[in-house]
Amino acid sequence: MKEIRIHARAGQGAITTAGILGYAYFLKGQFPYAFPHFGAARMGAPMNAFVRIDDKPVRLRSQVYEPDYLIVVDATLMRGYNCYVGFKDDGVAVVNERDGVEIPKPKGKQKLFIVPGNKISMDIMGKALLGNTVLLGAYAAATGQLTLDDLTKAIRERFGGKGQKVVDMNVEALRRGFDFVK
Amino acid sequence: MKEFVEGSHAVAEIIKRCRPGVVSAYPITPQTHIVEDLAQMVSNKELNAQFVNVESEHSAASVVLGGEATGVRSYTATSSQGLLLMAEVVFNIAGMRLPVVMTTANRAISAPINIWNDQQDVMVVRDSGWVLFFAESIQEAVDLHLQAYKLGEDPDVMLPVMVNMDGFILTHGMEVVDMPSQEEVDRYLPAYKTTYKLDIDNPQTMGYLADPDYYLEIRYMVQETHRELLSKIPGLAAEFKKAFGRESGGLIQTYRMEDAEQAFVAAGSVCGTIRDAIDELRAKGKKVGLVKIATYRPFPKDAIVASLKNVREVAVVDKSISLGGFGPFYTDVTSALSSLGTKAPKTSGFVLGLGGRDIRVKSILDVYEALGGKQVDCAFIGLKQELLAETK
Repeated sequence: MKEIRIHARAGQGAITTAGILGYAYFLKGQFPYAFPHFGAARMGAPMNAFVRIDDKPVRLRSQVYEPDYLIVVDATLMRGYNCYVGFKDDGVAVVNERDGVEIPKPKGKQKLFIVPGNKISMDIMGKALLGNTVLLGAYAAATGQLTLDDLTKAIRERFGGKGQKVVDMNVEALRRGFDFVK
Repeated sequence: MKEFVEGSHAVAEIIKRCRPGVVSAYPITPQTHIVEDLAQMVSNKELNAQFVNVESEHSAASVVLGGEATGVRSYTATSSQGLLLMAEVVFNIAGMRLPVVMTTANRAISAPINIWNDQQDVMVVRDSGWVLFFAESIQEAVDLHLQAYKLGEDPDVMLPVMVNMDGFILTHGMEVVDMPSQEEVDRYLPAYKTTYKLDIDNPQTMGYLADPDYYLEIRYMVQETHRELLSKIPGLAAEFKKAFGRESGGLIQTYRMEDAEQAFVAAGSVCGTIRDAIDELRAKGKKVGLVKIATYRPFPKDAIVASLKNVREVAVVDKSISLGGFGPFYTDVTSALSSLGTKAPKTSGFVLGLGGRDIRVKSILDVYEALGGKQVDCAFIGLKQELLAETK
């Protein structure tokens, strides 16, 4: 079983991100359980989304306390809070770079990838909306858990209804995130 | 077909396939994506139903009461305070023998304000006459909605059925679900036809005045139907398994009970976490099992007694409490086990997870630890002593 913890603020798309991750694992024939945990129910409040993945249906319904993988959508969360709490010794973290925010170093064998998700998104579409997708591409490259192809399929399925342009931009964002880490 | 889908969306999909004619809901908090999705489906003409957007849950319940009273399959969903505001009508729906199906996304009750999961809301309408199902997973929630209509609309039953699914944990969680197709649902659940309806060609009255000469008998009849359901529901689950190939619902389900000396009793998604805890305990040689309450009303007394009669200790896990009393499951389970007299297992009650306090495997192991101590009626697990000290 692998566990992913996503740190974000409400409104930053962490649930969608967890859903795409889960979907990519599902397409590989695995059994993901993706779920959010909200703090105060308002935009901008810190929240988590989690994905727990196994090769049989997941029964455990608690939050994720000892993640194998961390995705930090908003690095400003790391200023006042230790996002590494419970992080596995051999864990891999993917953090969205933010100007002026120093990202704390993890310990020992833990790996940290600081990825300019928002910058790459700006480069692709002039808005930061694709930042999370860049992080997903980076996640695939950093962890080896998913291939670019797995995530591309998930993006096509999940965003297919939003039109070809949205799909293309997201696939591009995935690839750029993947290449950044590779 | 297998899908990776959010709980609320999965429920909306299965309700669509049940082809209700009336859906009504109060659209803002506390509500889930279920009715939002159904509204979209009606608007897209994927579902040929009247969606009635109302100004309160009291009205939402009243609209589905009315829909069902005209012989039309009806559906609503609510949660928490919404269910409380519905309560008056919830009792009426059962008393009028209208087979409404409702989803309750189980959540905590105010005050203090808390939007998170526990199972307190349903306990407020526990005694209303509704059949109460509890889902452990999104798959089971999907399956129980099909069974709910099938059971409630049975001419020998004619009672409303509530499918309880843990708020957020299941309603906002995404997992792999084998979604029955429209053809499969149509085969399993034919169109609803009844002569018990408001019909100008065949006038009748529902919800009339029953004076002291009649009221007792009418309540007795609801109770009798519930008693009959105890033999019907296992057949319902068996028939479902035959049609769809998987076990969902029934009165109770058991896990590793064959040689168990100690047992947990619980309902809803926490059963999954308990199963993981049991595997851990079994690996250490502890003979522990689970009895899952899948149907809470009617209360499956005989099935529970039969499954627990050989164990030494029972831990009842409640995610709600009758303040001043005990956990509701604990009260019912101890009452059932009292029929064993002096041979009844030592039974303890534990309250946890209120207001969204996360239930971890560790929490269940704490329950197990406490179970070995002296018998307790209502022990809270996971209390923060430092917070309690502050209020002193």
